[in-house]
Amino acid sequence: MRGILGSRLFWGVLGLLLIAILLPLGVSGYILGVLIPAYYFAVFAMSWDLLFGFAGEVNFGPTFLVGLGAYGAGILDAETGWPIAVCVVFGTAMAIIGGVLLALPALRLSGPYFGLITLVAVLLLQQMVTVFAHWTGGEIGLTVPDVLSIDDNTNYYFALGFMAISGLILFGLSRSSAGLILQACGQDPVEAQALGFNVAKHKLAAFCVSAFFSGLAGALLVFYYGTASPGTVIDLAVGVQVIIAAVLGGRRTILGAILGAVFLVCAGEVLRPLGQLSTFVVSAFALVVILFVPAGFLGTLLHRRSEA
Amino acid sequence: MNVDVRPRPDRSTVSTGLLQVSGLTKRFGGLVAVKDMSFSIKPGEILGLIGPNGSGKSTVMKLIMGIERPNAGRVVIDGVDVAGWPSHRIARQGVGLVFQHSRPLHRQTVGENIKLALLPDALLKLFADPAVEGKARAIAERVGLGAVFDRRPATLPFADLRRLELAKAIARNPKVVLVDEPFAGLTAGEVAAFSKLIAGFREEGRAVLLVDHNVKSVAALVDRVLAMYLGEFVAEGSAEHVMANPTVRQVYLGAGSIETSARPELDQKPGPPLLEVKDVGVLYGKAQALQSVSIHVREGEFVSVVGLNGAGKTTLFNAISGLVPYSGSIVWGGDTLAGRTAGSIARGGIVQCPESRELFGTMSVRENLDLGGARLSNGDRTAKLDWLFELFPILKSRATQAAGKMSGGEQQMLAIARALMMQPKLLILDEPTLGLAPVILEQLSHALERLRNTTPITVLLGEQNVTFALPHADRVYVLEHARIIWEGDPARFASEAGKAYL
Repeated sequence: MRGILGSRLFWGVLGLLLIAILLPLGVSGYILGVLIPAYYFAVFAMSWDLLFGFAGEVNFGPTFLVGLGAYGAGILDAETGWPIAVCVVFGTAMAIIGGVLLALPALRLSGPYFGLITLVAVLLLQQMVTVFAHWTGGEIGLTVPDVLSIDDNTNYYFALGFMAISGLILFGLSRSSAGLILQACGQDPVEAQALGFNVAKHKLAAFCVSAFFSGLAGALLVFYYGTASPGTVIDLAVGVQVIIAAVLGGRRTILGAILGAVFLVCAGEVLRPLGQLSTFVVSAFALVVILFVPAGFLGTLLHRRSEA
Repeated sequence: MNVDVRPRPDRSTVSTGLLQVSGLTKRFGGLVAVKDMSFSIKPGEILGLIGPNGSGKSTVMKLIMGIERPNAGRVVIDGVDVAGWPSHRIARQGVGLVFQHSRPLHRQTVGENIKLALLPDALLKLFADPAVEGKARAIAERVGLGAVFDRRPATLPFADLRRLELAKAIARNPKVVLVDEPFAGLTAGEVAAFSKLIAGFREEGRAVLLVDHNVKSVAALVDRVLAMYLGEFVAEGSAEHVMANPTVRQVYLGAGSIETSARPELDQKPGPPLLEVKDVGVLYGKAQALQSVSIHVREGEFVSVVGLNGAGKTTLFNAISGLVPYSGSIVWGGDTLAGRTAGSIARGGIVQCPESRELFGTMSVRENLDLGGARLSNGDRTAKLDWLFELFPILKSRATQAAGKMSGGEQQMLAIARALMMQPKLLILDEPTLGLAPVILEQLSHALERLRNTTPITVLLGEQNVTFALPHADRVYVLEHARIIWEGDPARFASEAGKAYL
């Protein structure tokens, strides 16, 4: 039964990937321009799902990691003009270092305190951006001299490829032996320890992996936009969107987060004519899904099939 | 309690013990949960650690596993002192714990759950060794899960979930196996099968510690029994020896002869009883917590339900209070309680004083009491308070103190007083003596006696401590493994039901 389920998921993913690859042949640059940030956004959401769905830790501040990656890479590029690759590596490293510094003390706490600490971390980072405005550009944002490409198709395929590889790695990790241990640590830490697993070590590792992909995606996003601003990569509202995307897509599915992210970004765009009301409509829809279909898009699909 | 005479383990036992515990002590704040415990288990030996609820036996188990850190003492596993180590390192040192309540991974199959226990503690282990699959299957066959290897835990009956816990412990190949209440919730047939599996550990030369409430449940399986009470050593030896120990008998059955003062005439009154529980059953998931239980309480009666922890007392009370769904019927003053909310039942006069006390810890004694009497008029409330302060004088002197800062005995008195503020027609007391020292028990006992003699109140008391449950009772029910197994006069308890209880 698992084999069929696995292969169905495999064919579904392959089909969607093929559509995504062929998309630039048939649609305008405007649509690609909507999808590119959605793909980076999907990586944020997948990284978040690894922490929430598997390690059982609710990170209310995914944008802390994203923001560190984005600003780390952006500031280095603006100050030194070094190659994009070097800046991206630097930003990613910043995200991992910041993530570990945050997680080391936070993971000692249980219950809601981990979540609260991650929430406070975002506010701190946002304040730092304002305080060190001459480096960060403050509220207005930071303009970086380099961009990945000015060609829509190149940017599109780069984002798609990045998302696909990240998804493959994160999904593989979640289905591996390490993922099984991580899930046990999240579900019943006392029993996991009694089985000989160092729960703190596995959770910290999960946090590092999550920080790596969040930071990397954040850094790349900066070089797509050519700018970094608190409103796009740090603000709490962005973090909430990441969480909603992951939950909409389906907790503990990793790949569901892609569906959630693409849906959320596209819905926001389609409803843009509604103005302020668009946020309301999207949020209300998300609320309904979370209330009535808590397993999310992909979670519900997989669950139905596994029961059938 | 007099516990000064304790046999010293002889040297040969000490030198060959696979698990050696010495001077183990654990304090939670001011409470000494475990005091200077020492014992040793040889390879291939099964030791039963018994004691009533709150005796500290589970804490001993957690201290060995490293789930709690001891304040003092040594825990030596095969020559290595692991006291104070984190749990996962102690597990790697060769200790396995079979949990009573399991939380398996629900999205994974039984096989994958067993495989999990076979994995090394490595971060970069992406794929399990090919041998793991075969090993997992062999373990599943051994514990009787072979047929359900590819099923998910949620679809399994309760006994199979316990088997899964056992399988996970076996997978770690531990030198020392700790089993928490091995037979809780199992049928007689399942108990036999589990006993066989645990006896298998003996042949493999593992040291086994069974933790349970009474001697009876583990007597057939163990080589030795160690009894503890209030955190201290009480007796050690063969099952018969421990059962014959006067202190053990006193703990479980009460001191020599308990003065009882039943009023059998109350149960002879004509008409329907105040509370009638008929054929009530409760299921917790797949575990049968109550099975066709029928009891009744008449107006003015003091009825005790005696049973060990896990027998189903709290479940029975929660069913009466409308806190858990049940089958069968509960009739209160002629009307059925089915379909009424817990709040409406409480307003109808059934007030439960729960085992966990549920006090508002940061509020003062007075504020807790005022909340209990929130629906009374000012005059009534003052009168009631005066009466309660007379019943429990200690509460008057502590009126402004925060409830959470008081001792366990004082908190229990406050919990009872708050329940009485609600003017119950039926007061349900669930294990008021839990974790209290004998001297406090006496104070509490006097208060109950005054309550019984000076007011027409009806009381339903759940207890495992018979010394406390029998003296005031008019009638006694004995609850064991979700069923009522005895009903009668408290004076006849020791001779008729005592054996089943020990």
